Formats: sequence, C-alpha cells, structure tokens
Amino acid sequence: MRLKSRVAGLRVSLVVSVLAMATALATFAIIAPPGALAQKSPPATGKPTQPTADRIVSLGGDATEILYALGLSDRIVAVDTTSVEPPRALKEKPNVGYMRQLSAEGVLSTGATVIVANAQAGPPEVVNALKSANLKYLALPGSESSENVAEKVRVIGKAFGKETEAQKLASEIEAGFKQVAEKRASIKKPVRAIFILGINNGRATVAGTMTSADTMIQLAGAVNAASELKGYKPLTDEALLGLAPDVVITMTRSGATNNRQLIGSLPGFKQTPAGKEDRLVEMDGNYLLGFGPRTHKAALELMTKLYPELGK
Amino acid sequence: MAIDAEALEPGLVERSPREIFGGRLLAGSVVLLAVAAVISMAAGSTGISLTSLPSAISAMLGYSSDAADARAALVLIDIRLPRTLLAMFVGSALAVAGAMMQGLFRNPLADPGLIGVSSGATLAAVTFIVLGNTYLGGWQKLMGIYSLPAAAFLGGLAATLALSTVASRHGATAIATLLLAGIALGALAGAVTGVLAYVSNDRELRDLTLWSMGSFAGASWSKVLAITPFAAILLAALPGLVRALNGLLLGEAEAFHLGINLEAAKRRIVLLTALAVGGAVAVAGIIGFVGIVVPHFVRMLAGPDHRILLPAAALLGAVLVLFADVIARLIVAPAELPIGIIMAIIGAPVFLHLVLKRSSGVVL
Repeated sequence: MRLKSRVAGLRVSLVVSVLAMATALATFAIIAPPGALAQKSPPATGKPTQPTADRIVSLGGDATEILYALGLSDRIVAVDTTSVEPPRALKEKPNVGYMRQLSAEGVLSTGATVIVANAQAGPPEVVNALKSANLKYLALPGSESSENVAEKVRVIGKAFGKETEAQKLASEIEAGFKQVAEKRASIKKPVRAIFILGINNGRATVAGTMTSADTMIQLAGAVNAASELKGYKPLTDEALLGLAPDVVITMTRSGATNNRQLIGSLPGFKQTPAGKEDRLVEMDGNYLLGFGPRTHKAALELMTKLYPELGK
Repeated sequence: MAIDAEALEPGLVERSPREIFGGRLLAGSVVLLAVAAVISMAAGSTGISLTSLPSAISAMLGYSSDAADARAALVLIDIRLPRTLLAMFVGSALAVAGAMMQGLFRNPLADPGLIGVSSGATLAAVTFIVLGNTYLGGWQKLMGIYSLPAAAFLGGLAATLALSTVASRHGATAIATLLLAGIALGALAGAVTGVLAYVSNDRELRDLTLWSMGSFAGASWSKVLAITPFAAILLAALPGLVRALNGLLLGEAEAFHLGINLEAAKRRIVLLTALAVGGAVAVAGIIGFVGIVVPHFVRMLAGPDHRILLPAAALLGAVLVLFADVIARLIVAPAELPIGIIMAIIGAPVFLHLVLKRSSGVVL
C-alpha cells in the first residue's frame, strides 16, 4: 500500500511539473514583447543605402549570386542555404533554410518587401502564402541552361532599377557564350570526357545526362562518355574502364584526401586513355556547376583545359 | 497485461484508484492541450503575438486595411492557425493509431507501420517525388499541389487493404500473418524506395529525405479541410472500439467468450488506423515516435484501460506534436528544422528515462 501511494504521488508530481513548465512557457509566449521570440539575427544586417530601400530575401544560389554581382547585396536581408556563391553571402546574411522547404513565417520574419526566388522554391503552400502577403514575389525563369542565365540577370536588374548594370553583365554573359560557341565550332575532334563527383567505397560517382555537369561538358565542346547514365551514378572500376574517357573532370576539394589522389588510386582509371596520359581537370564546384553569372567563364576555362591546343 | 474487471463490465466494481487517477489525467491533458495550442498560436519567428489577434480578425473581416493588421492576419489566421490544427490532428491520430495497434497485436512494440500504412504511403510519396515530373504528369495535373499528399494517403490505404486481404482466410484475420506480411511489405517498400532513390536526381533525393523527416511548414486551410472528415470518423468510431480493445487485452479467445465480434473489431481497427496514419502522413510526412511513446506514457500513468488510454493518448499526442512543432519553427529561425528530428531528440531520452525509472512496477 505504501508503494502504491508513493507511485501515485510520483504520477501527480510528474503531471504537476509538466503543467508548470507548460504554463511558464505559455506565459512567456503570450506576454513576451513582439520580437522576443524572433530570429537570433537582427532583421536588418546590411546598411541600407536609402531608408526606403527594398528588403530582399534571395532564394536560390543563382538569385543570390546575381544580386551580389549587380551590387544589390546591401538590400538583401536573408538568403537560403543554396546561396553558396559568393561565400560571404551565407556568413553575413540570415539563412531562411533550404529553398524547397521554406517556412512562410520564417521568410516573413525577415521583414522582406521583395522575394527573389528560383523557380524551384517551395513547398507550393508556402509560396502561395508568401504571394498573398503584402510583398513582391519575383520568380526567376526556370531550367538550368546557358540561355537563361542572361535572362535572369535582366529580370533582376529591371526589378531593382539596375538596368544599366544588368544590361552590361547580361551582354557580357551572352558575348561569353558566343565566344564559347565560336571556339566550340573550331574543335575538329571532340574529346570524350567524364565528370567524377567523388569517390565512395572505391567507386567513382559519375555524371550522366540531366546533370549540370553534362551541360557543362557539352558547352565546352566535349562528349560526355557517360551519356548512357542518367543523373549521378556510382560506377565500378570495370565500367569506368569501359567508358574509356580521354579526360576526367572533377571538383577541387580541400582536405587530407583530394579528388586527384582518390581518382589516381582507382585501378580502372589508370588503364583509361585519361589515366595513361594523366589528363585530370580540376575546377571549383560552384563555379563549374552553379549556373550563376560566371557560367560562360567556367565553360571557356573548361574548354581551354580540355583543348590546350586551341590557345587563347 | 493487468486489467481491472471494471474495464470490461462497467458497474461491476467500485471505482479503483487507477480510474480516479485516469479521470484526473484526462482533465490535466485537456488543460495541457489548451496551453499547447495557445503557445503554438503565439510563437513564431515574426514575433507577432496573440495580442494582435483582434486587429488580425478585423483585417480578415475587412474592417481594417492597415498593412500591419493584414500581416498579423496572414501570420495568425493563415499560417499559425492551420498549422496548429494540423499538428493537433496528426499528434492525436498517430498516438491513437499506436494505441490501437498495440492493443490489436497485444505487443507494446507495435506501431502503425506494422500494417503497412507508413510503407505504402512512403512508397507512393517517393514514387511521386521521383517520377512525378516525368511519368505521372497526368496525376499532377489532376491534383495540383495536393498530388503528393493524395498519393501518400492512397498508397497507405492500398497497402493496408492489400495486407488485410492477404491475412484473411475464410473470413478470419490471422494477426500473426498480418504482422509478418506487414514486415515483408515494409522490406519490399524499402527496396523499391531505394531503387527510386538511386534513379532520382539530387533535388529529388533531397526532397524525399526531407519528406521522410516530416514538417508542418506546408500547412494550409485546404489541408485542414481535407483532414476534417478523417478527424470526424475517428472521433465517431473510437468509443465503439473500447470494449473490443479491452477484451483483446485478455486474449482473443477470452475476448470471444465475452461476446465480442472479433472479426468486425479487427477490421475496424485496421481500417481506422489506416485512415488516421494515412491522413497524418499525407499532410505532414513521416513523423515517428508519437505512436509508441504517447500510449506507453499513458499506460505508465493510468494503466491499460482503453477508456482512458484512447482519449488520453489523443490529447497528449496532440500536446507532444504541438510542442515539438513550436521548437521546430523557433530553433533555427528564420529557417525551420524538420519536426521528426525534434521529436526523436527530445522524445527518445525522456522515454528512456521513464522506462528505466518505472521499469520495476510497470505492466506494459
């Protein structure tokens, strides 16, 4: 009996303590001044150039990179996790999370007046809620292709009164792609290239079609030797040998083990034409695959590395 | 399994201390739920508190055209209120489904995943995420932004119906067969999900990972509307199952001799679980843990009597999910964490603590 009453006492104390905690939390939530529970970072991190300037939330790596390139960075109040370029963006701006898994209230809490969004931003319910809020929602044209990089720049420039700068950058991009196309036309014998994303368990993860790496390989005037695959797929050594690439492209990776060493250690790689001639091209991942405003430069650089004989 | 005779034949025995405590527990849970709902309405990254509610309502009804009021209306009425309601439904549905499954299988480890709802729903959702843009364009066109939730719900329901058909022989449902077939289906669904993850691209892979961690970020009034019939069916059907579930605590034969129509009860339990979990998964993705922890917590406090267990699990399940959601939206504001992560981080240690502390005197 004594045990029973002790157990009952324990239950009661448990319930009481949970209730007390909840009540304390509730009291805080209700009486807390607006903003007490709000984001850790203050809403305005940049120094607004003019008091009524736009407060931009940038969703998507391409949007952020273009906004920075057009000198609009001080109007940005928050970015999303895909905004890796320039690297300082995520360091100096609050992060509203992954652009496909946004929180409507989170985005609103930044005090945004304009949202510049990649076409992939979501979920759709959140995008609908943001559109119904009293702010401007600027959706960028979709699809990762060389054609709409300049278009995105113009759309953003027009929205923020930076037409001149945008026009300059867009023509630069278009001229760049034109130059890439001209050089591409002069290639007589296209090389067979593959893009290796990384090595896992001794197997190379290779880019097939429908990847940004595939688009870049083609822009640079090469043939993707792994075009039978779709998406990024792990390959065995033997399959790698079967693809017989002339060149292997990969991303620069810092740290103890870089991709060059890892790829060099694959037995299959050594037997490929690329391995025999030691033709391994390393480039920065975001620069090469990000489809931002420097894509034309990345394509040209890749082409020069694939075809040293083309020269300048 | 210990059970009071009172639970089977009301009026036979005087009210036991456990029952009196059960009544208090229910009352406490109602209070706790009210508190949790108020917090959920008051907390958020914009810092708009409940004091803005009057101005939000006036903006909603068109009496105020002030921009700040419109903003308060958007945040309180269109974002937080549907989110609170959805979290309450999902928490209740998952906890009650867990309690029903543990009662049906007479196994404290049973969770709603056992009858294939979660596997079926996951399979359908993943199929949709990966193939939605290429092969399932028609479905997407038909259902719009609800294609994913609808696919998840139908997948869950279809898997459960298939399983219970397989497990039924000559009009009798063999519980062991149901359990084993459920495990087989889970493995199969896992494998197909793996295949789809293999063929998916990076974006799809990330989508399906996030989906499997659950979130209320996509809460909207149309989702609330969509789950209202589920909530109504569950509320209406649960009282009728109490006697059968209490009878099952004694064993199938004993329940039969008490005059319980076992086959009808089993079918109803399975179907209701499928509806509850299917609806929850459809609106919030996969949220684990609630279905196991909440019923156990209630059993530890008030014993296995389903008259207390079912309503208390419903109330406390809602409380748990509401609290976890509040944390999910505040902890990394202005971004938010998937609720499944929060649930496991907070829930698992608390649960372990409870089990260890009470392991001597508890009957599961």
